[in-house]
Amino acid sequence: MADAIDYSSLKKGGFMRQKQKGYFSLRLAVVGGNLTAENIKTIAEVAEKYGHGYVHMTSRQGVEIPFINFNDIEEVRGKLAEGGVKPGVCGPRVRTVTACQGSAICPSGCIDSYELAKEFDERYFGRELPHKFKFGVTGCMNNCLKSEENDLGVKGGYIIDYKPETCISCGVCIKACREGALSLVDGKVVLDTSKCNNCGRCVKSCPVDAWDYTPGYIVSFGGLFGNQIYKGEQIVPIIKDKETLFRVADAAIDFFDKNAKPGERFRLTLQRVGEEEFRKVIQKAYEGV
Amino acid sequence: MADIKIDEEVDITDKVCPLTFVKAKVALDELDEGQIIAIRMNDGEPVQNVPRSIKDEGHRILKLEDNEDGTYTLFVQKIGE
Repeated sequence: MADAIDYSSLKKGGFMRQKQKGYFSLRLAVVGGNLTAENIKTIAEVAEKYGHGYVHMTSRQGVEIPFINFNDIEEVRGKLAEGGVKPGVCGPRVRTVTACQGSAICPSGCIDSYELAKEFDERYFGRELPHKFKFGVTGCMNNCLKSEENDLGVKGGYIIDYKPETCISCGVCIKACREGALSLVDGKVVLDTSKCNNCGRCVKSCPVDAWDYTPGYIVSFGGLFGNQIYKGEQIVPIIKDKETLFRVADAAIDFFDKNAKPGERFRLTLQRVGEEEFRKVIQKAYEGV
Repeated sequence: MADIKIDEEVDITDKVCPLTFVKAKVALDELDEGQIIAIRMNDGEPVQNVPRSIKDEGHRILKLEDNEDGTYTLFVQKIGE
């Protein structure tokens, strides 16, 4: 029977082969690290009935149920579906989209990370590619979700604008800024835009809301954190709208799809094909031309 | 700040984060609405974070003064009971 097992199609459906013959660790679909209480109950029931009564939390916010017997696969799929739990994916395709809790929950968040993760998930999850491709969304400069270790990472930030008429010159923002981008000149705050990293700490610390701000997306490309380690790189300035963000993300993933060799990670494709070419493609997508 | 009349003072330079904020909060709790407190804190993490935490509690920040000895004094007016 073992010969008849189609491992690659099982892998696609989230069933990861274990060392123990005939057993699989079933990876579940999780978006942005959130599961409903209903999902968790269903997962617990399946782990108890078909697994060994425990789950494994993966490094990328996923959940796996180890020790699912090959013969139970169909039954397990059905049980999970009843509780609204979908299988995850493994192999050469778009993987789990990770996210922090973002501005909906976290006082530090500059963007709604979870909402964006859901949109990325709907747009790309499971898409077939030459190799795995990882998206991660982090809400602010604190980078809890490690944006730059993803093939495409998004980090939230604020594009800021000073309102001198509202400012009481208290000096709090100048100390809150960790980049030394702000100074007090003749009783008013002066911003050195070349030093501003869009962290938004000035906005969040200001007692009188003397900063206007627009949330934005800082995108990094080609991060790797496996056998080789590379920090994803920012190519275009902070992006102000989702339309541009998705255009840039589409361009990046299409570039990977078109140029990568089977089994080659994004960063290595960029190195082989030449990063100049990629920069041009992303710049064009950013400008929308 | 000659123009700010202080009702209370607290020195949080002997505490580290997050106890800096806790000590400031306890001092604020003992004030009446509208009273003003001068909070002395260290440069670095306290001055980066404590003002924002106090803002998030709903109090009114009036001024941050550099004491030029590695400490800062934050003037806060208590809002709410």
